[in-house]
Amino acid sequence: MSALESAQKIKAKFGDLISEPKEFRGEISVEVADAEQIAAVCEFAKRELGFNYLVDISSVDNYGEDPRWTVVYHLRDIVNVVEISIKTDLNEEKSDIPSVLPVWRTANWHEREIYDMMGIRFRGHPDLRRILMWEGYPYFPLRKDFPLAGKPSDLPGIAFTKPAPLEGGPFVTVAGGKDAISREPRIRNPEE
Amino acid sequence: MRTETEIGYNSKIEGDVVVTRVDAALNWFRKNSVWPMPMGLACCAIELMAVGASRFDISRFGSEVMRFSPRQADCMIVAGTVTYKMAMCVKRIYDQMPEPKWVIAMGACASTGGMYRSYAVLQGVDNIIPVDIYISGCPPRPEAVLDALMKLQAKISTQPILENLMAVKALQNH
Repeated sequence: MSALESAQKIKAKFGDLISEPKEFRGEISVEVADAEQIAAVCEFAKRELGFNYLVDISSVDNYGEDPRWTVVYHLRDIVNVVEISIKTDLNEEKSDIPSVLPVWRTANWHEREIYDMMGIRFRGHPDLRRILMWEGYPYFPLRKDFPLAGKPSDLPGIAFTKPAPLEGGPFVTVAGGKDAISREPRIRNPEE
Repeated sequence: MRTETEIGYNSKIEGDVVVTRVDAALNWFRKNSVWPMPMGLACCAIELMAVGASRFDISRFGSEVMRFSPRQADCMIVAGTVTYKMAMCVKRIYDQMPEPKWVIAMGACASTGGMYRSYAVLQGVDNIIPVDIYISGCPPRPEAVLDALMKLQAKISTQPILENLMAVKALQNH
Protein backbone atom coordinates (compact mmCIF):
# COMPACT_ATOMS: atom_id res chain seq x y z
CA MET A 1 0.00 0.00 0.00
CA SER A 2 1.45 3.34 -1.01
CA ALA A 3 1.46 6.43 1.17
CA LEU A 4 -1.30 8.03 -0.91
CA GLU A 5 -3.52 4.96 -0.53
CA SER A 6 -2.92 4.98 3.20
CA ALA A 7 -3.85 8.64 3.38
CA GLN A 8 -7.04 7.97 1.41
CA LYS A 9 -7.93 5.13 3.77
CA ILE A 10 -7.53 7.46 6.74
CA LYS A 11 -9.72 9.97 4.90
CA ALA A 12 -12.33 7.29 4.17
CA LYS A 13 -12.42 6.20 7.78
CA PHE A 14 -12.66 9.63 9.43
CA GLY A 15 -14.37 11.65 6.68
CA ASP A 16 -14.46 15.40 7.11
CA LEU A 17 -12.07 15.30 10.03
CA ILE A 18 -9.24 14.64 7.61
CA SER A 19 -8.11 16.98 4.85
CA GLU A 20 -7.34 15.89 1.30
CA PRO A 21 -3.87 14.24 1.18
CA LYS A 22 -1.20 16.74 0.17
CA GLU A 23 1.92 15.78 -1.68
CA PHE A 24 5.12 17.75 -1.37
CA ARG A 25 8.29 16.42 -3.03
CA GLY A 26 6.96 12.91 -2.99
CA GLU A 27 5.90 12.97 0.64
CA ILE A 28 2.27 12.62 1.64
CA SER A 29 0.67 14.43 4.54
CA VAL A 30 -2.84 14.79 5.86
CA GLU A 31 -4.23 17.30 8.31
CA VAL A 32 -6.52 16.44 11.18
CA ALA A 33 -9.04 19.22 11.81
CA ASP A 34 -9.64 18.44 15.47
CA ALA A 35 -6.56 17.94 17.63
CA GLU A 36 -8.65 15.98 20.13
CA GLN A 37 -8.97 13.16 17.60
CA ILE A 38 -5.26 12.78 16.92
CA ALA A 39 -4.89 9.73 19.15
CA ALA A 40 -7.78 7.95 17.41
CA VAL A 41 -6.32 8.71 13.97
CA CYS A 42 -2.89 7.49 15.04
CA GLU A 43 -4.41 4.36 16.54
CA PHE A 44 -6.12 3.61 13.23
CA ALA A 45 -2.93 4.30 11.25
CA LYS A 46 -1.02 1.87 13.41
CA ARG A 47 -3.52 -0.97 13.87
CA GLU A 48 -5.15 -0.99 10.42
CA LEU A 49 -2.57 0.54 8.09
CA GLY A 50 0.59 -0.89 9.60
CA PHE A 51 2.41 2.31 10.54
CA ASN A 52 4.30 0.54 13.27
CA TYR A 53 7.02 3.13 13.81
CA LEU A 54 6.67 6.71 15.02
CA VAL A 55 9.73 8.39 13.53
CA ASP A 56 9.31 11.70 15.30
CA ILE A 57 6.86 14.24 16.57
CA SER A 58 7.70 17.81 15.71
CA SER A 59 6.03 21.05 16.60
CA VAL A 60 5.82 24.28 14.64
CA ASP A 61 5.34 27.73 16.11
CA ASN A 62 3.29 29.80 13.63
CA TYR A 63 3.98 32.91 15.64
CA GLY A 64 1.48 35.70 15.07
CA GLU A 65 -1.12 33.38 13.54
CA ASP A 66 -4.02 31.55 15.04
CA PRO A 67 -3.90 28.63 15.74
CA ARG A 68 -0.33 29.08 16.89
CA TRP A 69 0.91 25.50 17.07
CA THR A 70 1.15 22.77 14.47
CA VAL A 71 2.06 19.32 15.74
CA VAL A 72 3.40 16.95 13.09
CA TYR A 73 3.53 13.17 13.52
CA HIS A 74 5.96 11.39 11.20
CA LEU A 75 4.88 7.78 10.71
CA ARG A 76 6.64 4.91 9.00
CA ASP A 77 5.66 1.40 8.03
CA ILE A 78 8.92 -0.45 8.52
CA VAL A 79 7.81 -3.59 6.67
CA ASN A 80 6.64 -1.93 3.44
CA VAL A 81 8.75 1.20 3.82
CA VAL A 82 5.93 3.70 3.56
CA GLU A 83 6.05 7.11 5.17
CA ILE A 84 3.29 9.54 5.94
CA SER A 85 2.91 12.57 8.15
CA ILE A 86 -0.14 13.65 10.08
CA LYS A 87 -0.51 17.30 11.06
CA THR A 88 -2.85 18.97 13.45
CA ASP A 89 -3.29 22.56 14.58
CA LEU A 90 -3.65 23.69 18.14
CA ASN A 91 -4.40 27.12 19.52
CA GLU A 92 -2.30 28.79 22.15
CA GLU A 93 -4.97 29.14 24.84
CA LYS A 94 -5.42 25.38 24.88
CA SER A 95 -1.86 24.15 24.24
CA ASP A 96 -3.10 20.74 25.23
CA ILE A 97 -3.32 17.63 23.06
CA PRO A 98 -3.98 13.93 23.76
CA SER A 99 -0.84 11.84 24.15
CA VAL A 100 -0.20 9.12 21.56
CA LEU A 101 1.76 7.15 24.13
CA PRO A 102 -0.84 4.32 24.21
CA VAL A 103 -0.25 3.88 20.45
CA TRP A 104 3.53 4.11 20.24
CA ARG A 105 5.51 3.94 23.44
CA THR A 106 8.36 5.81 21.80
CA ALA A 107 6.18 8.91 21.91
CA ASN A 108 7.18 9.30 25.55
CA TRP A 109 10.40 11.23 24.98
CA HIS A 110 9.21 12.95 21.80
CA GLU A 111 6.32 14.46 23.71
CA ARG A 112 8.52 15.41 26.62
CA GLU A 113 10.84 17.22 24.23
CA ILE A 114 7.97 19.18 22.69
CA TYR A 115 6.70 20.04 26.14
CA ASP A 116 10.19 21.20 27.14
CA MET A 117 10.93 23.28 24.06
CA MET A 118 7.49 24.53 23.02
CA GLY A 119 5.31 24.27 26.11
CA ILE A 120 2.60 22.12 24.56
CA ARG A 121 1.16 19.76 27.15
CA PHE A 122 0.23 16.18 26.33
CA ARG A 123 -2.81 14.93 28.16
CA GLY A 124 -2.46 11.39 29.46
CA HIS A 125 1.34 11.41 29.39
CA PRO A 126 2.49 9.53 32.50
CA ASP A 127 5.68 11.50 33.08
CA LEU A 128 5.51 14.93 31.47
CA ARG A 129 8.76 16.43 32.74
CA ARG A 130 11.31 18.57 30.96
CA ILE A 131 13.86 16.46 29.13
CA LEU A 132 16.64 18.87 28.06
CA MET A 133 16.28 21.89 30.31
CA TRP A 134 16.03 21.44 34.06
CA GLU A 135 12.89 21.29 36.16
CA GLY A 136 11.97 24.81 37.19
CA TYR A 137 13.34 26.59 34.12
CA PRO A 138 10.64 29.19 33.48
CA TYR A 139 10.72 29.50 29.66
CA PHE A 140 10.12 27.43 26.54
CA PRO A 141 13.17 28.14 24.40
CA LEU A 142 12.03 27.05 20.93
CA ARG A 143 9.11 29.47 20.83
CA LYS A 144 9.54 32.22 18.27
CA ASP A 145 9.14 34.94 20.90
CA PHE A 146 12.05 33.54 22.93
CA PRO A 147 15.34 35.23 21.97
CA LEU A 148 18.24 33.04 20.88
CA ALA A 149 20.42 34.78 23.46
CA GLY A 150 18.16 33.52 26.22
CA LYS A 151 16.66 35.23 29.24
CA PRO A 152 18.02 35.48 32.77
CA SER A 153 16.79 32.91 35.25
CA ASP A 154 18.02 31.60 38.54
CA LEU A 155 17.23 28.46 40.48
CA PRO A 156 19.60 28.59 43.46
CA GLY A 157 21.78 25.51 43.76
CA ILE A 158 20.46 23.99 40.55
CA ALA A 159 21.09 26.27 37.59
CA PHE A 160 21.13 29.84 36.40
CA THR A 161 21.09 31.42 32.97
CA LYS A 162 22.27 34.73 31.60
CA PRO A 163 21.65 36.17 28.13
CA ALA A 164 24.48 35.34 25.75
CA PRO A 165 26.20 38.21 23.91
CA LEU A 166 25.11 37.82 20.30
CA GLU A 167 26.41 41.07 18.88
CA GLY A 168 29.02 40.56 16.20
CA GLY A 169 29.01 36.87 15.91
CA PRO A 170 30.21 34.26 15.45
CA PHE A 171 27.27 33.30 13.23
CA VAL A 172 25.53 36.45 12.09
CA THR A 173 23.63 36.10 8.84
CA VAL A 174 22.63 38.99 6.63
CA ALA A 175 19.16 38.60 5.19
CA GLY A 176 18.82 39.78 1.62
CA GLY A 177 22.53 39.85 0.83
CA LYS A 178 23.30 39.90 -2.87
CA ASP A 179 25.12 36.56 -2.99
CA ALA A 180 25.84 33.52 -0.85
CA ILE A 181 29.19 34.90 0.29
CA SER A 182 27.68 38.08 1.68
CA ARG A 183 24.83 36.15 3.32
CA GLU A 184 26.81 33.38 4.93
CA PRO A 185 27.00 33.26 8.70
CA ARG A 186 30.23 34.71 10.05
CA ILE A 187 31.63 37.16 12.57
CA ARG A 188 30.17 40.57 11.78
CA ASN A 189 30.62 43.59 13.94
CA PRO A 190 27.59 45.87 14.21
CA GLU A 191 29.30 48.90 12.64
CA GLU A 192 30.25 47.03 9.47
CA MET B 1 97.43 -1.21 50.77
CA ARG B 2 96.65 2.38 50.94
CA THR B 3 93.24 3.58 51.96
CA GLU B 4 92.12 7.08 51.36
CA THR B 5 89.57 8.53 53.66
CA GLU B 6 87.92 11.71 52.57
CA ILE B 7 86.60 13.95 55.17
CA GLY B 8 83.24 15.48 54.49
CA TYR B 9 80.92 14.87 51.62
CA ASN B 10 82.09 12.66 48.78
CA SER B 11 80.24 13.67 45.67
CA LYS B 12 81.69 10.75 43.68
CA ILE B 13 79.93 8.35 45.99
CA GLU B 14 77.00 10.22 47.31
CA GLY B 15 76.02 12.23 44.24
CA ASP B 16 75.84 15.92 43.64
CA VAL B 17 74.29 18.35 46.01
CA VAL B 18 71.63 20.72 44.82
CA VAL B 19 71.02 23.78 46.87
CA THR B 20 67.52 25.15 46.63
CA ARG B 21 64.73 26.78 48.55
CA VAL B 22 61.96 24.73 50.14
CA ASP B 23 59.46 26.66 48.06
CA ALA B 24 61.19 25.74 44.85
CA ALA B 25 61.57 22.11 45.86
CA LEU B 26 57.90 21.77 46.81
CA ASN B 27 56.83 23.46 43.62
CA TRP B 28 59.10 21.15 41.66
CA PHE B 29 57.39 18.15 43.22
CA ARG B 30 53.99 19.61 42.55
CA LYS B 31 54.47 20.66 38.99
CA ASN B 32 55.76 17.28 37.93
CA SER B 33 52.88 15.36 39.41
CA VAL B 34 49.82 17.33 38.43
CA TRP B 35 46.93 14.90 38.57
CA PRO B 36 44.26 16.02 36.14
CA MET B 37 40.55 15.76 36.69
CA PRO B 38 39.23 15.23 33.15
CA MET B 39 35.99 17.21 33.04
CA GLY B 40 35.08 15.86 29.61
CA LEU B 41 31.86 17.48 28.44
CA ALA B 42 32.04 17.41 24.64
CA CYS B 43 34.30 16.66 21.70
CA CYS B 44 37.36 18.23 23.38
CA ALA B 45 37.32 15.19 25.67
CA ILE B 46 38.17 12.99 22.67
CA GLU B 47 41.19 15.15 22.01
CA LEU B 48 42.05 14.93 25.70
CA MET B 49 42.06 11.15 25.38
CA ALA B 50 44.57 11.51 22.56
CA VAL B 51 46.76 13.57 24.89
CA GLY B 52 46.70 10.70 27.34
CA ALA B 53 47.42 8.05 24.71
CA SER B 54 50.80 6.90 23.50
CA ARG B 55 51.44 9.28 20.58
CA PHE B 56 51.33 12.43 22.68
CA ASP B 57 51.71 10.82 26.07
CA ILE B 58 50.86 13.20 28.87
CA SER B 59 52.90 11.02 31.25
CA ARG B 60 56.04 12.70 29.92
CA PHE B 61 54.89 15.60 32.10
CA GLY B 62 53.92 13.50 35.09
CA SER B 63 50.22 14.02 34.52
CA GLU B 64 49.14 10.61 33.32
CA VAL B 65 47.17 9.92 36.49
CA MET B 66 43.74 10.99 35.34
CA ARG B 67 41.59 10.93 38.43
CA PHE B 68 37.86 10.69 37.98
CA SER B 69 37.37 11.62 41.60
CA PRO B 70 37.81 15.33 42.31
CA ARG B 71 39.20 14.56 45.77
CA GLN B 72 42.33 13.05 44.25
CA ALA B 73 42.95 15.65 41.57
CA ASP B 74 44.97 18.87 41.33
CA CYS B 75 44.02 20.25 37.97
CA MET B 76 40.59 20.30 36.41
CA ILE B 77 40.73 20.21 32.61
CA VAL B 78 37.37 21.51 31.47
CA ALA B 79 37.16 19.90 28.05
CA GLY B 80 34.03 20.90 26.22
CA THR B 81 30.84 22.91 26.19
CA VAL B 82 29.60 23.86 29.64
CA THR B 83 25.82 24.07 29.50
CA TYR B 84 23.89 25.88 32.18
CA LYS B 85 22.44 22.54 33.19
CA MET B 86 25.96 21.24 33.84
CA ALA B 87 27.40 24.48 35.25
CA MET B 88 26.53 23.86 38.89
CA CYS B 89 27.84 20.29 38.67
CA VAL B 90 31.17 21.59 37.36
CA LYS B 91 31.30 24.11 40.18
CA ARG B 92 30.47 21.48 42.78
CA ILE B 93 33.17 19.16 41.48
CA TYR B 94 35.66 22.03 41.49
CA ASP B 95 34.72 22.83 45.09
CA GLN B 96 35.38 19.22 46.08
CA MET B 97 38.96 19.32 44.81
CA PRO B 98 41.52 19.84 47.57
CA GLU B 99 43.83 22.86 47.51
CA PRO B 100 46.08 23.64 45.77
CA LYS B 101 44.08 23.32 42.56
CA TRP B 102 44.25 24.68 39.07
CA VAL B 103 41.91 24.85 36.11
CA ILE B 104 42.62 24.56 32.39
CA ALA B 105 39.81 25.72 30.10
CA MET B 106 40.32 23.54 27.05
CA GLY B 107 38.96 24.84 23.76
CA ALA B 108 36.73 27.64 22.59
CA CYS B 109 33.58 26.46 24.36
CA ALA B 110 35.06 26.14 27.82
CA SER B 111 36.90 29.45 27.41
CA THR B 112 34.13 31.65 26.00
CA GLY B 113 31.12 29.56 25.04
CA GLY B 114 32.63 29.24 21.58
CA MET B 115 30.17 29.07 18.74
CA TYR B 116 27.33 28.38 21.15
CA ARG B 117 26.02 31.89 21.66
CA SER B 118 22.70 30.62 22.91
CA TYR B 119 20.34 30.34 25.83
CA ALA B 120 21.64 26.93 26.85
CA VAL B 121 25.39 27.46 27.14
CA LEU B 122 27.46 29.14 29.81
CA GLN B 123 29.60 31.78 28.09
CA GLY B 124 32.94 30.61 29.45
CA VAL B 125 33.63 28.47 32.49
CA ASP B 126 35.45 31.42 34.09
CA ASN B 127 31.98 32.70 34.99
CA ILE B 128 31.83 30.12 37.77
CA ILE B 129 35.36 28.95 38.56
CA PRO B 130 38.80 30.63 38.33
CA VAL B 131 40.70 29.55 35.23
CA ASP B 132 44.51 29.45 35.10
CA ILE B 133 45.16 28.55 31.48
CA TYR B 134 42.96 28.99 28.41
CA ILE B 135 43.56 26.87 25.30
CA SER B 136 42.32 28.11 21.94
CA GLY B 137 41.09 25.72 19.29
CA CYS B 138 37.95 23.84 18.39
CA PRO B 139 39.01 21.33 19.50
CA PRO B 140 42.65 22.14 20.35
CA ARG B 141 45.40 19.89 19.06
CA PRO B 142 46.93 17.61 21.69
CA GLU B 143 50.16 19.61 21.39
CA ALA B 144 48.22 22.66 22.51
CA VAL B 145 47.03 20.83 25.61
CA LEU B 146 50.59 19.79 26.40
CA ASP B 147 51.70 23.38 25.87
CA ALA B 148 49.05 24.50 28.33
CA LEU B 149 50.29 21.91 30.79
CA MET B 150 53.83 23.25 30.44
CA LYS B 151 52.56 26.78 30.98
CA LEU B 152 50.73 25.55 34.06
CA GLN B 153 53.95 23.94 35.30
CA ALA B 154 55.72 27.25 34.80
CA LYS B 155 53.01 28.95 36.80
CA ILE B 156 53.13 26.38 39.59
CA SER B 157 56.91 26.69 39.85
CA THR B 158 56.59 30.36 40.79
CA GLN B 159 53.98 29.97 43.50
CA PRO B 160 55.21 31.14 46.91
CA ILE B 161 53.99 28.23 49.05
CA LEU B 162 56.16 28.85 52.06
CA GLU B 163 55.46 32.55 52.21
CA ASN B 164 51.77 31.77 52.11
CA LEU B 165 52.15 29.22 54.89
CA MET B 166 54.09 31.72 56.99
CA ALA B 167 51.47 34.34 56.39
CA VAL B 168 48.74 31.95 57.51
CA LYS B 169 50.77 31.01 60.58
CA ALA B 170 51.33 34.66 61.42
CA LEU B 171 47.64 35.32 61.14
CA GLN B 172 46.84 32.39 63.43
CA ASN B 173 49.38 33.52 66.04
CA HIS B 174 48.08 37.02 65.83
